[in-house]
Amino acid sequence: MERAAVRGRLNWLEAEVVELVQEAPRVKTIVFEVPGWIGHLPGQHVDIRLTAEDGYQAQRSYSIANANGSKRVALTVEAVENGEVSPYLVSELVVGDRIELRGPIGGYFVWEPSKGGPLQLIAGGSGLVPLMAMVRSQTGVSAATPTRLLASARSWEELIYRDELEKSSVDLGSFEVVYTLTRSQPPGWTGYSRRIDQDLLGDSTWPIEDKPLTFICGPTGFVETAAAIMLELGHQPGRIKTERFGPSGG
Amino acid sequence: MGLISRGFQRRREVEASADRVPPGQYVTNDFPVLSAGPTPRISTDEWRFRVTTERDDETTWTWQEFSALPSELVKVDIHCVTKWSKLDTEWRGVSVDTLLRHIDTSAFFVTAHSHGGYTTNLPLADLVHGKAWIVFEYDGQPLAPEHGGPARLLVPHLYLWKSAKWIHRLELRENDRPGFWESLGYHIYGDPWKEQRYAGD
Amino acid sequence: MNSDTHLDGNAIGSLLSDLFGREMTNQRACCDACGAINPLGMARVYVDAPGDVVRCSNCGTVVLVAVAVPNGVRVSFRALRWVELPD
Repeated sequence: MERAAVRGRLNWLEAEVVELVQEAPRVKTIVFEVPGWIGHLPGQHVDIRLTAEDGYQAQRSYSIANANGSKRVALTVEAVENGEVSPYLVSELVVGDRIELRGPIGGYFVWEPSKGGPLQLIAGGSGLVPLMAMVRSQTGVSAATPTRLLASARSWEELIYRDELEKSSVDLGSFEVVYTLTRSQPPGWTGYSRRIDQDLLGDSTWPIEDKPLTFICGPTGFVETAAAIMLELGHQPGRIKTERFGPSGG
Repeated sequence: MGLISRGFQRRREVEASADRVPPGQYVTNDFPVLSAGPTPRISTDEWRFRVTTERDDETTWTWQEFSALPSELVKVDIHCVTKWSKLDTEWRGVSVDTLLRHIDTSAFFVTAHSHGGYTTNLPLADLVHGKAWIVFEYDGQPLAPEHGGPARLLVPHLYLWKSAKWIHRLELRENDRPGFWESLGYHIYGDPWKEQRYAGD
Repeated sequence: MNSDTHLDGNAIGSLLSDLFGREMTNQRACCDACGAINPLGMARVYVDAPGDVVRCSNCGTVVLVAVAVPNGVRVSFRALRWVELPD
């Protein structure tokens, strides 16, 4: 935590696009090289700022997708219909483009291995981004924290980081992933196919006796439902942390 | 100014003639919901509307009594200080003139009180002579809670923060008292055509 | 756009960082209205308004408001009894 304690004001830094990865139909990971980046912890986010030629500015916040370890900041952005910033980031940016970015921001919705576990991650749509940084922070760690991830998405095609999650559930010591696909499912799907409810969470998350540290991220409605259910199941409020995305990133 | 991002531009705006759009505003076809707190849920059974005067006289209406008052269809443009404007919005409401008809007052100012604690202030002169209504329908439907229902104040010639949602009281006062946003630096009057967004504008 | 719901204290992470010169969302604060003590990250932030309105997660009272004014940001401290700064 001390590493991310920023001394003084957060300044806008110049960030250059070095890599682009299509994650799902409307979702792209944009990797920025940020000279002057002080490092970050899983769960933190950045503000980005775009300026048009006429001086018009727009600012949005995005969670950091990569675990720390370099001068690189990866953001996974979903293009929101009729949005102003996200369609630009997803459809317009090319390698070499530069935008402004500041951070890292946030110390409350943060996890690192020293905080212990077991770890319960609950993701709604692109709420998976900061939680993925938490998963990624465990690769290469000798004693990984037992982790369970419940990821809700509209369909298999829209589920981000799919291949990596499948690989992690094999490679990482104790990592279980459960998906629920709420709108459409691929042929032969035997997993959950509905919005989260008490039975679904009760069956797929750490039991209360294990006292997990729980992180829930996604659209506001999803987060409120998930948090209420976890409380109802008997988990302690102090061990549940939430990050609501709001109705849309725009 | 910040680093220019190649190819970035503001969202495309709806076209409208300049004489309908105050300076600095853009027209939207959406109806954005802006709120400083959770949406109050008030049933029409529990709803009361009060006008209080500088002499502490009080007049109260229940929903039934309020519904029996003459109401009118109102079609107006609305302008929010956050820069969006919406043209030709349709409401149904009771004119504030109707509500003040039998009320004796020498007050010059009004504080509008909303459920949830929000307040805003205006000169009484800006609420009378057909300039303001307590509206209870939008676009032919009962006013939705997120837009201020069961009833809100509508004062279209001023920025929309003066049109207090979830209104329950008009307090007539001898002196002016800044409301929630006014006390934080927003303009005490708020004329969109003079772009009076902040105090001192 | 629906503002019936709120965001978490993370939404004012950079504002708090500007105010206090360091990361603050994990720092505890006390609500002057109800006395509840919680990390600022738990506060309820309403951002769809002519300013950011921050409310106590326990009782809903407004603890802080930030309004963008022409030459910067005006911050109004309301029901914030105290805030703890880290060492």
